[in-house]
Amino acid sequence: MTMPFYVSPEQLMKDRADYARKGIARGRSVVVLGYDRGIAFVAENPSRALHKVSEIYDRIAFAAAGKYNEFENLRVAGVRYADLRGYSYDRSDVTARGLANAYAQTLGTVFTQESKPYEVEIVVAEVGENADQDQIYRLTYDGSVADEQGYIAMGGAGEQITAGLQQRWRPDMNLGDALGLAVDLLNQDPSGGPSRTLTGAQLEVAVLDRVRPRRTFRRLVGPLLDALLSSEDSTTDLPIEDDPIPGRHDTLTGGSTPADRPDQDPS
Amino acid sequence: MNLRSGGGAGRLPAEFMTTGSSSFTEFLGAHSPELLPSRRPLPEGGTFEAPQGTTIVALTYDGGIVMAGDRRATMGNLIANRDLDKVFAADGYSAVGIAGTAGLAIEIVKLFQVELEHYEKIEGTLLSLEGKANRLATMIRANLPMAMQGLSVVPVFAGFDLVTMSGRIFSYDVSGGCYEEHDHHSVGSGSLFARGAMKKIWQPGMDSAAAVRVAVEALYDAADDDSATGGPDLSRRIWPTLAVVDVEGLRLLDDDTLAAIVEQIVADRRGNPGGAR
Repeated sequence: MTMPFYVSPEQLMKDRADYARKGIARGRSVVVLGYDRGIAFVAENPSRALHKVSEIYDRIAFAAAGKYNEFENLRVAGVRYADLRGYSYDRSDVTARGLANAYAQTLGTVFTQESKPYEVEIVVAEVGENADQDQIYRLTYDGSVADEQGYIAMGGAGEQITAGLQQRWRPDMNLGDALGLAVDLLNQDPSGGPSRTLTGAQLEVAVLDRVRPRRTFRRLVGPLLDALLSSEDSTTDLPIEDDPIPGRHDTLTGGSTPADRPDQDPS
Repeated sequence: MNLRSGGGAGRLPAEFMTTGSSSFTEFLGAHSPELLPSRRPLPEGGTFEAPQGTTIVALTYDGGIVMAGDRRATMGNLIANRDLDKVFAADGYSAVGIAGTAGLAIEIVKLFQVELEHYEKIEGTLLSLEGKANRLATMIRANLPMAMQGLSVVPVFAGFDLVTMSGRIFSYDVSGGCYEEHDHHSVGSGSLFARGAMKKIWQPGMDSAAAVRVAVEALYDAADDDSATGGPDLSRRIWPTLAVVDVEGLRLLDDDTLAAIVEQIVADRRGNPGGAR
């Protein structure tokens, strides 16, 4: 009869953490940063259908790096959590802090009890009445939570981007500058190679816009995103009005016909 | 809200992590069925009086729909509430109006609103107008046991269909039957009179302003002959709730706009109680 080798709990946890870290490091990076009118999310993601950044509730959004099926599962759980809370209490009682706690408990339990930890890193952000009331929570694969001020970078190049944000991010940046900074940092190669030039089509960009009533989450695509990213164009903020294009209200294109919205089906 | 613990303390329970469903009602049924309006057993036999919502009208026009409701809820011969809203935005492109047991109806509308928003967030796309109408039918069907004990809810649902690019109206019966109506429809105690009025003054090819006027005229006629329907209350300045849905989405008319329309109609009827014809 073979006897299983004794593995110390320290070693077991270390192996799991290494496994999760490796999985996350393979993924493309996501940057979350505050700007004067809200919180911006920038992810390198060429897909228009598989999102890394999503709406959870009126003033709360979710961003993730790592394994898609695992963070998608957490996103759906978050929407259910928020809608259940809003339905049984009131819309104003849904908070990012409560959701971050629920996620932390879930990730922590999966990390210690299941055969494989989730290879994900997620951010839950809530936009407040002013920049001081903004909340950004970062959750890692083992269930640890950090309450971050101003900005977060996750994924493969997370550490280098964080170092760049530390030097260059300012709390009163306008949206154009904030997106420019995020894209500039995403362009850099973490292993020191030549930098790239990511265009609007390779990025998934969304914001929680402080000044909008009720649902504040908006995706930015098309001409509007190009104008915000371009250094020549004078656009530095979102229009107050939503697009006149019939369909979902949460996408801003800057255009006026359905053709400006390549990622949307007509229904 | 209770978050029953699953494997670990405080972990989101299994129902939260289940894949495959984008319905909030299904999730609620699995996690907290006691929160569903239709899952509350009533004691056998006893009947009681609950506030009843009265008249709702909905009509199409060239480019969208208008839905309007009076503000009254009654309990037997008493007025239970004189400024109750019975027309709601279901989502950005549809409105729902309710007649019948007010408490239960408002709860069903609230669940319906969350259901539509929940689907939109999870699927990343809007439900089709028929899809929305059918979801509401399922909720009304689930309410049948309550209806058999006297707590019936009869909604009317209308919205702008982004596929056909036109306004459409759906009516329901207590057993959850869902029927598409053409031109106009009305539910509630004063619906007979409102329907008669609309039959005479609704015309094809109207614009939104004309449709709004027809809706308010029809409610006036309902209030004229049905004691449970509230008429325009000029002294308290209580106006009907009125929603217009077109290609740009839903908007609820504000009090100032409504005041002007209602005051005009009341003035036009002075000495001519039959109104427009």
